[in-house]
Amino acid sequence: MNYEFDFGAVLAYWPLFAEGAWVTLRLAFFATIIGFVFGTLCAIARTSGPTWLQRIVAGYVEAIRNTPLLIQSYFLIFGMASIGLRLPILVGATIALVVNIGAYTTEIMRAGIDSIQPGQVEAAECLGLSRTQVYLHVVLRPAMERVYPSLASQYVLLMLASSILSSVGVEELFGISNRVQSDTFRNFEVFVVLGVVYLALSMLLRVAFWLLNLALFTRRRKLGTPI
Amino acid sequence: MNMQYIGSLLQGLWGTVLLSLLTFLFGGLFGLVIALARISPLRVVARVTQAYIQFMQGLPLLVLMGLCFYGPSLMGMQSVNPLFAATLAMTFYAGAYLGEIWRGCLEAVPKSQWEAAECLGLSRWQRMRLVILPQGLRLATPPTVGFMVQIVKNTSVASLVVGYTELSYNAKVLNNTTFQPFLYFGLAGLLYFAVCYPLSRQARKLERKLNVSRR
Repeated sequence: MNYEFDFGAVLAYWPLFAEGAWVTLRLAFFATIIGFVFGTLCAIARTSGPTWLQRIVAGYVEAIRNTPLLIQSYFLIFGMASIGLRLPILVGATIALVVNIGAYTTEIMRAGIDSIQPGQVEAAECLGLSRTQVYLHVVLRPAMERVYPSLASQYVLLMLASSILSSVGVEELFGISNRVQSDTFRNFEVFVVLGVVYLALSMLLRVAFWLLNLALFTRRRKLGTPI
Repeated sequence: MNMQYIGSLLQGLWGTVLLSLLTFLFGGLFGLVIALARISPLRVVARVTQAYIQFMQGLPLLVLMGLCFYGPSLMGMQSVNPLFAATLAMTFYAGAYLGEIWRGCLEAVPKSQWEAAECLGLSRWQRMRLVILPQGLRLATPPTVGFMVQIVKNTSVASLVVGYTELSYNAKVLNNTTFQPFLYFGLAGLLYFAVCYPLSRQARKLERKLNVSRR
């Protein structure tokens, strides 16, 4: 092996990498928040909606979970452009990611909701809680607490998968690195730097989800027992 | 839309299936090694394997593809075949995930089984091969079939950095010539679905079968 590594030439582009990482983080943040709300609503519809709605949600979940994100984003983004719907690329990318992560969230949250024993809901109703209160405090929150680890790792995977959207022209971390490659011709070094940045981002996200866990689910720390 | 276009999509599907099969074969073998190394009594081996798994789970597959595409030429390989680079990257990736899945399944085999095998005087290798693996394998089948869906879906990114010709690549080429994204990406999606959905269903069915005692 007589190749001389030249990381200096690649690292000189650090402002571009930083900019890309910031776009990736923002994209993942909005997709996670909107996808979580959307997926939770779908999970509620899937478990206690009318039959026709349950069927639609089940179809949506299966369709998304059995096709690649790449095809979904091509379909949505190029499709929308072909019927004259010109959205800013970041909005289109967020929509594609939300549609994707929504299906996974639905499936995870549904498992959580299914794990709540009916007795809990009956007890809450006997205590005179309203329907909304029952749903928020007795069903959704404990359900989320139970499936929190799965949700968190799914959202870390979402951040990593957002790199795929570079193929539709999003200038996030992976997309922006193309510019560095064509400027320096140091492809391998660029990928090494990318790998390090993505690793750092996923560690950052894991820490953030761990802190969020401490902030959201205080009960476990107070009582020292899981639900 | 003519027959030529359909043929092109089906040809792409063959590329997807081929890469998926190669990944499952090599990734499976590598995953087995990872799973065994992960529960090795040697602390160092277990730690290094754990670090490897964490490392792989924090990288996007696209970056891995890039490293496997440009890396071998630095080592002196003259030209890197796209299928070779894609299979290499997918093997590293699938090995880590399958290793982690299978480790869980091996550890889920009740401790008394390990102890009983030891009492019978079996060597470590015999115990693993005759007692633990056959039982772990039964537990491992549903999540493994489920992960095969991930493999099939993830082969789609092999067209991006590496330039391997598979279903989503051919669909994109067709879209570039016809400008009918809904039609061609829809068809490509249907083909992916036709491969993945039976696997998903099978995984769920196997899981239900396994859980029969807990129902």
